[in-house]
Amino acid sequence: MKLALLRALNAERAARRACVLVTELGSGAQRLVLESDMVHEPLLSDPLWPVLRESFRSGKSGSVEQDGKALFLNVQVPPVKLVVTGAVHISQALVPMARELSLDLVVIDPRTAFASPERFPGVRLIAEWPDAALEQVPLDHYTAFVALTHDPKIDDPALEAALRSECFYVGALGSRKTHARRVERLQATGFGADDIARIRAPIGLNIGAVSPAEIALSIVGEIVSVMRAERVAAKAAPVS
Amino acid sequence: MLSTDSDILTTAEAWVREGRSVALATVTETWGSAPRPVGSHLVIDAEGNFLGSVSGGCVEGAVVSEAIDVIGDGKLRMLEFGVADETAWQVGLSCGGRIRVLVERVS
Repeated sequence: MKLALLRALNAERAARRACVLVTELGSGAQRLVLESDMVHEPLLSDPLWPVLRESFRSGKSGSVEQDGKALFLNVQVPPVKLVVTGAVHISQALVPMARELSLDLVVIDPRTAFASPERFPGVRLIAEWPDAALEQVPLDHYTAFVALTHDPKIDDPALEAALRSECFYVGALGSRKTHARRVERLQATGFGADDIARIRAPIGLNIGAVSPAEIALSIVGEIVSVMRAERVAAKAAPVS
Repeated sequence: MLSTDSDILTTAEAWVREGRSVALATVTETWGSAPRPVGSHLVIDAEGNFLGSVSGGCVEGAVVSEAIDVIGDGKLRMLEFGVADETAWQVGLSCGGRIRVLVERVS
C-alpha cells in the first residue's frame, strides 16, 4: 500500500467518514472510495457501485469477484457514537452497556454537580450547555442522540441540533404528556411533522422498564434494533 | 486495553513516518470458527515487531516471518492457514477455522 493512500484512509477515519479500500488481489492495485464519492460520477456508473453501496450499509469487509478479478474490500465505518444530554442515573447505567457494545459514549450536562468524573469514571463528559458541547461533538450519520435530563433548557437545544443532523437515532425521555409539550415547543420553533416523527418517545423498547438500568437497557436495545433494522425486517417477514 | 484495528492503521502510518520498513497484514476471508473477523490487521516492521492480531495468536509467528519477506521484495502475498493445510495446522489454527491473509508492504 502506498503511504499516501494509508494517510488518506487514516484521515477519513479520523474525520469519522466512511470509506472503502479496494485491493485487486492479483496485481495489488488499490484505490480508496469515499462515501461522498458515491453520489457523483464516475463512481455512479462504476460496475462496483452496488457492491460498494452494500459495503457502506453493512460496514463489513469482504472479497468479491469483478470481471474475473478477485477484489478485497476493506470497509471502514466510524464507530457508533452515543451522545446523551443528562449526567443522570440512567446515563450512569448506560456506561457499562455502551462499553460492551463498543458505543462511544459522550455525556453532556452543564450542571457540574451531575457531570462529575466521580459519577462517570472513564467517560467523556462535557460540562457545558449543549450549544457549546455539540461544537466539540459533531452529530453525524453514525451517531445516536438521547435526551435524558427532563429539563427543556438542556434537552431542547440538543434535540433541535439532533433533528437538524443526520443522527440515525433520536430519543427523548419523558411521559406522553411531557412529550406532547415538547412537540408543541418544537413546532413553535418551526420543526415539521417529519422531523418530530424521528423522535423516539416514549424512549426505548417496550419491556416494561422501571429502574434506571432497565430504562438504559430498553434504550440501547432500541438503538441496536435501529442499527440492525434490515435484519429486524427480514426476521419479521413471513416465510413464503 | 486491546488495540483496535483502527489503532493499527494509525500505527502503520506512524511507523513508516519514523522511517521503519513496514508491512500490513489483513484477514481477507474466513471459514468456520475463525478467531478474528475479516478486516482484522497486523502491522509488522523489518525487525519483526508487530501490533494487532489476525488470529488471536495462533498464526501470527508465520505471518510475521512472511511479512519480513514482503518488506524485503515488496511483493504482495496471500497466505492461507487452516486445518486443510498440514504445515498451517502445525503453526496452528487449533479452533478448526481457516483464514486467508493478505500481506503487503507500506511504502
